[in-house]
Amino acid sequence: MMKTLIGAIFAIASTFALSEYTLNMTEGVTSVSQNIYGLHMTIFWIVTAIGIVVFGAMAYSIYHHRQSKGAKAAHFHESTTVELLWTAIPIVILIVMAIPATKVLIDLENTDNAEMTLKITGHQWKWQYDYIENDTFGVPKEGITMMSNLAQSSRDAIKASTQPEHYLLDVDNRVVLPVDTRIRFLMTSNDVIHNWWVPAFGVKQDGNPGYINDAWAKIEQEGTYRGQCAELCGKDHGYMPIVVDVVSKEKYKAWVSEQKAAAAAAAASASKTWSKDELMAKGEQVYNANCAGCHQKDGKGMPPVFPAMVGSSIANGPAADHVNLVLHGKGAMPAFKMLGDADLAAVITYERQGFGNTGTVVQPSDVKSGR
Amino acid sequence: MATDTIAAHDDHHHGPEKGLLRWVKTTNHKDIGSLYLWFSFMMLLVGGAFAMVIRAELFMPGIQVVDPHFFNSMTTMHGLIMVFGAIMPAFVGLGNWLIPMMVGAPDMALPRMNNWSFWILPFAGAILLSTFFMEGGAPAFGWTFYAPLSTTFAPDSTDFFIFAVHLLGFSSIMGAINIIATVLNMRAPDMKLMDMPLFVWTWLITSFLLIGAMPVLAGAVTMMLTDRNFGTSFFDAAGGGDPVMFQHIFWFFGHPEVYIMILPAFGVISHIIPTFARKPLFGYSSMVYATAAIAFLSYIVWAHHMFLTGMPVAGQLYFMYATMLIAVPTGVKVFNWVATMWKGSMTFETPMLWALSFVFLFTIGGFSGLMLGIVPADIQYHDTYFVVAHFHYVLVTGALWSIIAAVFYWFPKWTGKMYNESLAKIHFWWSIISVNILFFPQHFLGLAGMPRRIPDYNLQFADFNMISSIGAFMFGASFILFTYIIIDGIRNGKPAKARPWESAKGLEWTLGSPAEYHSFDKAPSRKKIEQESQHTSVA
Repeated sequence: MMKTLIGAIFAIASTFALSEYTLNMTEGVTSVSQNIYGLHMTIFWIVTAIGIVVFGAMAYSIYHHRQSKGAKAAHFHESTTVELLWTAIPIVILIVMAIPATKVLIDLENTDNAEMTLKITGHQWKWQYDYIENDTFGVPKEGITMMSNLAQSSRDAIKASTQPEHYLLDVDNRVVLPVDTRIRFLMTSNDVIHNWWVPAFGVKQDGNPGYINDAWAKIEQEGTYRGQCAELCGKDHGYMPIVVDVVSKEKYKAWVSEQKAAAAAAAASASKTWSKDELMAKGEQVYNANCAGCHQKDGKGMPPVFPAMVGSSIANGPAADHVNLVLHGKGAMPAFKMLGDADLAAVITYERQGFGNTGTVVQPSDVKSGR
Repeated sequence: MATDTIAAHDDHHHGPEKGLLRWVKTTNHKDIGSLYLWFSFMMLLVGGAFAMVIRAELFMPGIQVVDPHFFNSMTTMHGLIMVFGAIMPAFVGLGNWLIPMMVGAPDMALPRMNNWSFWILPFAGAILLSTFFMEGGAPAFGWTFYAPLSTTFAPDSTDFFIFAVHLLGFSSIMGAINIIATVLNMRAPDMKLMDMPLFVWTWLITSFLLIGAMPVLAGAVTMMLTDRNFGTSFFDAAGGGDPVMFQHIFWFFGHPEVYIMILPAFGVISHIIPTFARKPLFGYSSMVYATAAIAFLSYIVWAHHMFLTGMPVAGQLYFMYATMLIAVPTGVKVFNWVATMWKGSMTFETPMLWALSFVFLFTIGGFSGLMLGIVPADIQYHDTYFVVAHFHYVLVTGALWSIIAAVFYWFPKWTGKMYNESLAKIHFWWSIISVNILFFPQHFLGLAGMPRRIPDYNLQFADFNMISSIGAFMFGASFILFTYIIIDGIRNGKPAKARPWESAKGLEWTLGSPAEYHSFDKAPSRKKIEQESQHTSVA
């Protein structure tokens, strides 16, 4: 008992020692985030000044005008002059605040003249990034598509006693963006409303299903920047982080060609026939990244909301129904048609053959015909 | 037969019915006021228990107490229960108890409807809470229930939630109609509108907000219901609808709702400060006009909750300017309170302590509100703990604070007893210290980038979350002491004088303590009304 207590105290003390107490908003690395920070500080100091005056008057009154100090109550109860004054002065202060706010707002809403465009689609609970065709950086006509999930290291630490440094702020596939480039972000969603927020960019915008919003940033410093979904989007709202690597324009171009090569390789692998072992190995990765959040790593699910894989009638039933469900979703089960044929074939096979199930093996060609 | 009827009538006239049925059948405004207050206190404890679960889970990084889905149910139900079950019914309870006495009326204008509007509430609350035991769990989409998370992607229990919201809406609308009818028709004939105490004024204006806003909420949940069950697509883009329209409708209700929860609080504070400053309320008429101005503005600023949904710049600018304007009448109120204290002869009994700390802490909430109204800054604040800190400063240390202040202030009038002043002071200091440990660090968390409504977080947020949780447990425990003080006061309190606070003004203090079961059978005279007036222009 005593030992646990001492242990707990040390654990608490060490967390206090390890992490820093961040008190204020980040200034960030874009003109937008810096303007926002400036505005935030201006208003903060204005309200602080008002607070000092109002609370100062209150404190003075509480100290001096009390019965125990022999204060006798005055009888005044109105004064038109004073009333007019403290209506007019706040209006002037508000105008002083509104002018810079208006300027900053008009600038940050102007998404014209973008040098590249990144389309961001929220899914329950991961991000899809589509790099739109771009001649300057060599992005092909079909674009580059990438899914970004919570990193396995974070997922494993959810119920652990210690967490890694970037716990819940780490992903499997990072967004890569070039420095000093005016980037237009397009936000939308595949299911519920999400919100893509990277504080250091001053970019935060809802992704609404069926609609597209936009924002822009010109990132001035290379580095890694992290953020999170900022609109409640269901069970794993807290588990869909954003990680952006900002690199030099040359490195970005190199990254784009790597992605092109990888896409070509994936297309090739989708047309071949896979062995069961290959499918199972790949399937486990895809399952843990995309499915384990609800259906759990051990396949036991969280009934009745999230059904178990173990002994599932879908996983042990006809393959076509299983493929159809995963591709198109149903109710709380989201559609996964944005994943590649090979990934889907692998994960479906993993679900049908793992967890003690006895369903048939599914090949990429089966998924392709199910689309 | 005829004599029986007369006897029964006389019984009724002389006092309450015996036994439990009294509470079921009562049409007496004091009984119904007590029912509302006890019900809201129960709900406060339930909602508070949910908050304890939330803070226990957020005590440190990682998931220890509840799974994320249940966590979302907790935040959702905490919000719904506190707004619709605790704060709103508590103010209706205060209104029921106080408004007839303050305007010199024998009872509420529509006593049977009064009974009904209360008795709907426990059923609505029970339906809402029963969703925890349904397949798929309780609603987990936040108290703002944004579509499509609350339509296509919500558990089946959502339909029960919709029904509960409808019932709560009926109850509120009926309560509001009753208050308007009472104030306008039952007021003592010699009391002019500008003689009315501010609590009556603020409640009258709040009633109009309720009548305007609650049907909009009913519309929103009805559209949800048909979207979920009858194939309509109000909020589904795939069928030509728009999820953002849901937010417009919700906040067209939701923003007036915010003022529904704070205007009566302004009224309460405007009674307590003059009493303990021994000085008339400064700027009575400007207080009335400011309340009306806030109510009007509350209808035209709703989209400031939605700056990130993708609005044209012109819309953002309009909603920003309109929002900033609210600071003007709200400022007038705060300045008036300070001017009321100025050159007074203050003492610091428990109700005054709560009222003074209300002015201080509510103003802090007002400052963060002004910051949130600035669109570009809101981009960084939106949906973070900065927002959580803001609305808890205005709702906990604002609305709830005023309710607790009111309970201590009118406790002698309701029960005929005095509560234990030294215990009540200990309770006050305990509450104000713990509530700031609880909510102040949340400003820092939000600025550092912690989103709201997440069950788990990165290590950088660990310290302030732990501090906040410790504050939460302390604040939660303060309600044990509060319950003791109230029950001890009712059972063992010393008898209270008719006017326990010597400078208190208002017709309610001309009655006995406790106030007679039937009061103001005869309307008070003009002279009495003038003597008890809050503003002394007539005196």
